[in-house]
Amino acid sequence: MLGEDFGVKKIHTINRRMFTIGAAKFIVFAGIIARLFSLQITDNKKYSTLSDKNRIREWKLPPVRGEFLDYFDNVIAGNFKVYQLHIIPEDVEDFKYLMLRLKEILSLNNNEFEEIIKQKNNQKPWETLIVSKNLTWEQFSKINYYLYDLVGAKPVMSVSRNYPFNESYTHVLGYVGETSEKDILSNENVKDNHVPGLKVGKTGLEKSFEDQLLGTNGIQRYEVNAYGKRINQLDHIEGFKGETIKLTLDTEIQKQCGELLKDVAGSINVMDIYTGDIIAMQSSPSFDPNLFLFGINQDDWQLIRNNPLKPLVNKSLSGLYSPGSTFKPMVALSALENRIITKDFKVNCTGKIEMYGQTYHCWKDKGHGVVDLKEAMKQSCDTYFYEIARKLGVDRLRETSVKFGLGDKVLNETFNNEKKGLVPNTQWKKNTLGRGWLLGETLITGIGQGYIQTTPLQLCLMTAQLGNGGFKIYPKITVQKNEKTAEEIKLLISQKTNNIDNNLLQKGQDFFNSLNENQYGKLFSNSENIKLVREAMFASTNEIRGTSYSSRIEDPKYQFAGKTGTSQVKRITEKDRELNLNTADIAYNNRDHALFIAFGPYKNPRYALSVVIEHGGSGSSTAAPIAKELFKLIIDRHDLREQVQKPETLNT
Amino acid sequence: MQFTSLNTELTFFQKFRNFDYILLTCILLLGLISSLSMYSTDGGEILLHSKNHISKFIIFFSMMIFLSFFNIKIWHYFAYLFYIIILGFLLWASLYGIKASGSQRWINLYFINLQPSELMKVAIIICLAKYYHRVQLREVNTFQHIFIALIILILPIMLVITQPDLGTSILIALSGLVVMWLAGLNIKYFIYSFVALLITMPFAISFLKPYQKLRILTFLNPDRDPLGAGYQIIQSKIAVGSGGLTGKGFLQGTQSYLEFLPEKHTDFIFTLFAEEHGFLGSLGLLIIYIIIIYRIIKIGSISRSYFSKLFCFGYGSAIFFYVSVNMSMVLGLLPIVGSPLPIMSYGGSSMLATMIGFSIVMSAKINHKQLIA
Repeated sequence: MLGEDFGVKKIHTINRRMFTIGAAKFIVFAGIIARLFSLQITDNKKYSTLSDKNRIREWKLPPVRGEFLDYFDNVIAGNFKVYQLHIIPEDVEDFKYLMLRLKEILSLNNNEFEEIIKQKNNQKPWETLIVSKNLTWEQFSKINYYLYDLVGAKPVMSVSRNYPFNESYTHVLGYVGETSEKDILSNENVKDNHVPGLKVGKTGLEKSFEDQLLGTNGIQRYEVNAYGKRINQLDHIEGFKGETIKLTLDTEIQKQCGELLKDVAGSINVMDIYTGDIIAMQSSPSFDPNLFLFGINQDDWQLIRNNPLKPLVNKSLSGLYSPGSTFKPMVALSALENRIITKDFKVNCTGKIEMYGQTYHCWKDKGHGVVDLKEAMKQSCDTYFYEIARKLGVDRLRETSVKFGLGDKVLNETFNNEKKGLVPNTQWKKNTLGRGWLLGETLITGIGQGYIQTTPLQLCLMTAQLGNGGFKIYPKITVQKNEKTAEEIKLLISQKTNNIDNNLLQKGQDFFNSLNENQYGKLFSNSENIKLVREAMFASTNEIRGTSYSSRIEDPKYQFAGKTGTSQVKRITEKDRELNLNTADIAYNNRDHALFIAFGPYKNPRYALSVVIEHGGSGSSTAAPIAKELFKLIIDRHDLREQVQKPETLNT
Repeated sequence: MQFTSLNTELTFFQKFRNFDYILLTCILLLGLISSLSMYSTDGGEILLHSKNHISKFIIFFSMMIFLSFFNIKIWHYFAYLFYIIILGFLLWASLYGIKASGSQRWINLYFINLQPSELMKVAIIICLAKYYHRVQLREVNTFQHIFIALIILILPIMLVITQPDLGTSILIALSGLVVMWLAGLNIKYFIYSFVALLITMPFAISFLKPYQKLRILTFLNPDRDPLGAGYQIIQSKIAVGSGGLTGKGFLQGTQSYLEFLPEKHTDFIFTLFAEEHGFLGSLGLLIIYIIIIYRIIKIGSISRSYFSKLFCFGYGSAIFFYVSVNMSMVLGLLPIVGSPLPIMSYGGSSMLATMIGFSIVMSAKINHKQLIA
């Protein structure tokens, strides 16, 4: 045995070295404690935030879109329940079997089937797979019936846009579709509330009122695990539904307009001549915007896109037409206002006039003989208007036309596709074309041909402002709160008429009011002139040999005054004149546009309308009869319309 | 027999009285804390991990008490055998071991899947303690003795590093080296080998597995790849940091409950604990470990035999290494190497090895007056 003492030095060494290690341990543990302190105490806030960021995920729910109502509170763009089929692949035991069963039950074709499989492979297994966006009630009940056999399939109800009147409001409302990158980038609101599958307005009012309609997201806050799977719901915040927007349109009239324009390309617009309410605005041909809701199929899209009658264009606002003879009331008014002519001014029409080495034809080869203003308007004598346009000059003509709303947007920025049209003058030609104005151009402008271009809605506004006695109105398509009633506006107008020699006080007050309120100002200097034009228009419809005499309504309740227009789309050559072809014999694209403007009832006017039929032949044969049919309905709906209470506020 | 005749054998009650109850209490406390933590990793239910952990703790703790009654001389007597058996197991693991997640560390003993490298962490200390027990201080620094000690150390390290298991081999190396140093190996050898290590480092790195290189890079900058290699350490720091002063509360650790923490049962158990119990809890846990280490060293210092003394000092230091490496790792102070936290981490072999170590320490306490020839 070795004694204790053999290792005294050894024991000494080990004890000394253990002490060294002990000191080292102390330092290391102190370091670890310092680290714990720095993480848990000093930086606690930072790491707590990171931890919450880890575990809390927000899910935005799609906002519920506001609705559109017509004037009678019918929903014209609403939300309807759709039946959808969702699957969370993770929860499905046998995905293949389930899909094959569903294929059978829903009778999916191979294409659709593969599309779904592709979709499934592109997403995480706990993300919802939408097998069908819009099931029919039969399919939905069938799935519910077989549900015991479809483990993992979830039939759900969701909300989608719906246009109950199908093609009636297509051009006014536009339609919604899946949000594109452009939509997100161009609209902050859309960006803030975007969720996958969100639909936003693509055209029309749906697009213009996007901000109001959109609403806000509901938010669901979930605790998620490291793989992003939802563990439990922490919070649910309801979103706000978008605003409901009420329009001035009347569905019955709008539908009727659609019927009247069936199979032709054209536009009808109806307006209240005092309030400026647009009562109908129809463009034809139309299409069913519901087709776009779940992605339009290629065949339907090609059919719409390639239709030569251009259903995608809102012709009321974007269609530009030479007004033809419907411009004549403007020419007559301008000549009267500028004292170029009096009502007794006469011209002898021989069917054509020679001027500046050119022949200008009247539509009637034989001529109208000696005509005064009323006769010339009534029979739409071109020679008469060549003559007064020549005397008037295009610059003064433009002044009057612009006052009545031509050459500018009627609804300002409400629609992004509204066109301004064009009312030319000498300055314009010089600036734009770099050439001087030719006198001959004044002549053809006098019958609404040449450079002048108008939209059907502009013609409607022009007519409305003639119909109300020549006062400016403010067209609108939405019902706003606290707006003036027709009676209030009438009162305002009559005050202006009575105080013809308005005193300074009145003037000052007018000026003051004009700063913050619609003025409904006079557009004429002598009300007699307006009266003459209106009488001439009345004669045109209601007296023998008037161009729209055959479309008259004798019952004073419905009696209206109008003016036809036939606008050439192609220069008529001498050869054409000799052939004197029937409309049906001319190639479609070369046929004249048929136009008609009218206001009524004549005794106490309230409504104005414009009808444009593209390549419809003559205004009197094609456009005016449409107005006749429509006018009865408009007047019959008048009382109902008056009964509608103007709401104080719209947002309920 | 030789050893019984020289010393008076203690009675059962004397032995029982000589138990270190402070150490025992700390071990039981750790067992309780670890069981509760395991219960929390199972999401507040008694599932696979908590069930296994609790049962293993009970079995191995009882085993530890039982083994404590053996005289320290017996451990001394069988020290080499123990080492050789474990070395044999390691060889067996290299040849026929069970492969799991890219390494071959386990052998199937039918009743348990054993990880011999864990046992080697204790065996190396016993073996070297016995080796140095007889060596005179002046002979420690002779070539022969350094060579033999290094062979004893390097053999298991080679076997473990090829499994591959960098973490365990580092801990074995540290345990072995600390024993050699305590035995009196000249400090200059440590300095020389440290310099040599620095020089060979670049070459050594080229031998590392790609994932090991990645871990070092990740340690240097965890944000390099926050969803890939840096994920563990970032999430671990978030969990610990969000615990704050008093923690999120028992079973309330969102980071672990929502599975943001990888390996929360094993190497990252401290993260879960720190998240749920905060700075105060972590400090408490650390203090328990410090008391354990202190008690082991205390026992060493009162032991009369050099073997007991060297083993206790060595094992106390080893526990310090396990704890500090594991904690530094989960707190982002060291690169991630696989190293369990003694008793706390899930894993039978680690628990078994730790308990064997404790039983030897306990035996040294009971027989602290015992001299070994």
